[in-house]
Amino acid sequence: MKCQYCEKPATFHITELTEPSGPQVMHLCEEHARGFLQKDNASPAVSVAGALAKQLNLGQTKKELAELDQKECPVCGISFFEFRSTGRLGCPYDYTHFEADLEPLLINIHDSLEHCGKRPRRAAASADSQATMIQLRREMEEAIEREDYERASEIRDELRKIEDAGTRPVDSDKSDSSASASGDESK
Amino acid sequence: MKRNTDFSELARHSGEWLRGTGPESDIVISSRIRLARNLADFPFIRRCSDEDRISIERTVRARMEAIEGWQDIRYVDIEQLSEIDRQFLVERQLISREIADADGSRAVAIDPNEQYSVMINEEDHLRIQVMHSGLDLSSAWDRINALDDQLEGTILYAYSQKYGYLTACPTNVGSGLRVSVMLHLPALVITQQIEKVFRSMQRINVTVRGLYGEGSQYTGDFYQVSNQITLGHSETDLVALVGENVVPRIIEYERKARDFLVSQGEKDLHDDVSRALGILSTAKKISSEETMHYLSKVRMGVNLGLINDVAVGTINKLFIHTQPAHLQKLHGRLLGSSDRNVERATYLQRHLAGPVGNGELN
Repeated sequence: MKCQYCEKPATFHITELTEPSGPQVMHLCEEHARGFLQKDNASPAVSVAGALAKQLNLGQTKKELAELDQKECPVCGISFFEFRSTGRLGCPYDYTHFEADLEPLLINIHDSLEHCGKRPRRAAASADSQATMIQLRREMEEAIEREDYERASEIRDELRKIEDAGTRPVDSDKSDSSASASGDESK
Repeated sequence: MKRNTDFSELARHSGEWLRGTGPESDIVISSRIRLARNLADFPFIRRCSDEDRISIERTVRARMEAIEGWQDIRYVDIEQLSEIDRQFLVERQLISREIADADGSRAVAIDPNEQYSVMINEEDHLRIQVMHSGLDLSSAWDRINALDDQLEGTILYAYSQKYGYLTACPTNVGSGLRVSVMLHLPALVITQQIEKVFRSMQRINVTVRGLYGEGSQYTGDFYQVSNQITLGHSETDLVALVGENVVPRIIEYERKARDFLVSQGEKDLHDDVSRALGILSTAKKISSEETMHYLSKVRMGVNLGLINDVAVGTINKLFIHTQPAHLQKLHGRLLGSSDRNVERATYLQRHLAGPVGNGELN
């Protein structure tokens, strides 16, 4: 795809979320992306795509960018390219799987990496258990589709067990692995 | 919960948040807080299959039905609604444009006073919002916090110890909280100081948008001020940022601008707002934009004591009731644009001409 302002290939695909008329998708070459992002300060709100592209370090090689774009979440299958094109993540596990790539973005948007507000009275034990729940649910749906109701009901029980394990107060265990399981490709 | 899609009764009345009372209600229309939440065992909406969405809607509905005190809540299946009814709920600010325009299974639970609504399958699985009249953010926070507690008692949310409530867009992660205060700032617009005020807002992490938030134009001199960040600050800090630091400053600027306008020529201002009321109460056809423009002037005139026989609540309601879907619901049939302009003028006349001011619309 060519840059929308010149003949060079578009290496930055930016979705501007702050336009009053709705999301604006932009396909830009490195040079025009740099110009666009410099103007970004004039925007009244935080732009996910703008912040993202800034963190991606405009000096990054095309190869590095292409590799990052192909990285996929093992739970929901979303690619980093899809995320940075739309500004939307695919599942809770993305915060773990793409952690290293998301953290500079979160700093850019919120100037913080740590939640310090309300905590639910109960929560899934870890990012891994949330990922397991999503995968089990998918397996259950597949089992129902092939009319394997015995397996579906086993999975339902397993899901309930994980959900019930989430009734513990979250403050009683600070060892949540949602941030530490980064890079776990085994799922 | 009651499954109910008959909005004719709803159309004749107005939500509590439009009653034009509460602290600073001469300038602050409403205080809104919303929380973004997701279920722990489903992908975010973008990666959900049609079956996932159906399953989320059914799960959430069943769990809401089990909550004590939710018997009077109206439950609306948005997928089954006509275009006009979806637009009606958008104008009413009970659902977002995004959920109105989306595909697949989605719903909204609305309380009888229209003070809160819970959208299911919007950008996040759950979007809970509470609206109050005037500047009343701490009550709104208490209310939404209690609702969230009720829901989290029965729904396992996607949550991380480190990042807090996990959301589809990283701009909402952490508290998932967006505080929005709707302000009426005609004097800052007339004195051309509004840009200066907005520029100062950018430096303190708040966003300013038009009447309907994203996707809207700045019409009728209404502006919505919201927090920009959601991670790293407690909910009460974010509520205080908007409600105690930012909004009181804007209110002060608007009051000074109004005083300036009065001191510069009270007769001119009186004439201007009276003419606006004259047009609204006598026109035979009028567009939505023109209506917003003149209603804004009349509202300022009422608040400055230059117009005495119209209640602020009446003006607030007219802003909503003269929108296209409301007019058509009130009229009882679909109307084209030029018919709507006639119907709008008739409606305005009925509520503004002659002795008015009791705030009742019918």
